[in-house]
Amino acid sequence: MCTYLTEKIEVAGSGKGSSGWFSLTDATVYLDHPQHAPAEHTLNIDFLNPAQGPSARVAVELTAESARALARAIEATLQSAPPGLV
Amino acid sequence: MHEALIAETISITGHGGNEIEAYLARPLGQDSFGGVVVIHHMPGYDGGTKEITRKFAAHGYAALMPNLYHRDAPGASPDDAAATARAKGGVPDERLVGDVGGAADHLRALDGSNGKVGVIGYCSGGRQSFLAAASLPLDAAVDCYGAFVVGTPPEGIPLKVGPIAHLAPDLSCPLLGLFGAEDQHPSPDQVDELDKILTEAGKPHEFHSYQGAGHAFFSVDRPAYRVEAANDGWQKIWDFYGRYLAG
Repeated sequence: MCTYLTEKIEVAGSGKGSSGWFSLTDATVYLDHPQHAPAEHTLNIDFLNPAQGPSARVAVELTAESARALARAIEATLQSAPPGLV
Repeated sequence: MHEALIAETISITGHGGNEIEAYLARPLGQDSFGGVVVIHHMPGYDGGTKEITRKFAAHGYAALMPNLYHRDAPGASPDDAAATARAKGGVPDERLVGDVGGAADHLRALDGSNGKVGVIGYCSGGRQSFLAAASLPLDAAVDCYGAFVVGTPPEGIPLKVGPIAHLAPDLSCPLLGLFGAEDQHPSPDQVDELDKILTEAGKPHEFHSYQGAGHAFFSVDRPAYRVEAANDGWQKIWDFYGRYLAG
């Protein structure tokens, strides 16, 4: 299905794309057909800087299980950071 | 059929008079041919759909695939362009009709064109094939598992399309529908509903649903590929276009 199920957020940080590092301003998270991953649907994340054009993009396509594991790992890492660090 | 062809990237005049990128494949050494506008799937103007476009040329048709995301991301790679278009909610219906109309005009103007032009679309392009056939003078249309011809997208998603089955009385040509029985978008019930709507509207159509196949069963580079459904589907396409476009 072409779901277009999409969450958009603003982010601050950097990503490394095909032309090297660039500043990130936005991220989209969506569940849809992957371009490359061997699955019919994947949880896809694009890290973007639209002001620099469509190619300013770092993309990942994850199975649902992988995506949930990633979300838990991110949260666990942040939770375990020493006080005052984040 | 000797399968000689030439394929190239060209510029065509699309919706609003805008110049957009398109991929043209046409047979060589053939005095007369019909035309096919190929509408790419949501992942965009990609290698897989260019391969499909060349396949039509190898079978004796001039085939033209407009890059529906050209305005959203000119010069970008197909996957980056698709991501940009997705973020905008997809291709507006009005723009789609203008771009397919421009592609059809380009095909009719080719030396050797027999004046007949059909359309085929995959995935989101299946719905767009139906939309084009209801909006433009065409000779044959193929809808490959297009969602939301019947049925409304779930609330809250940014997909800027709605159902278009009410346009059935406006169809300008026969419709071939190819679906996967395991697909949920469109579901078998939605395929049956569209079949009924077209029958009641007196519109010539033929639908085929394949057991063991789901969405995107024609995609040879994806896990959804189902060889038996795809092979039979291609044969149905050749038979259908042979009746309405060839000569």
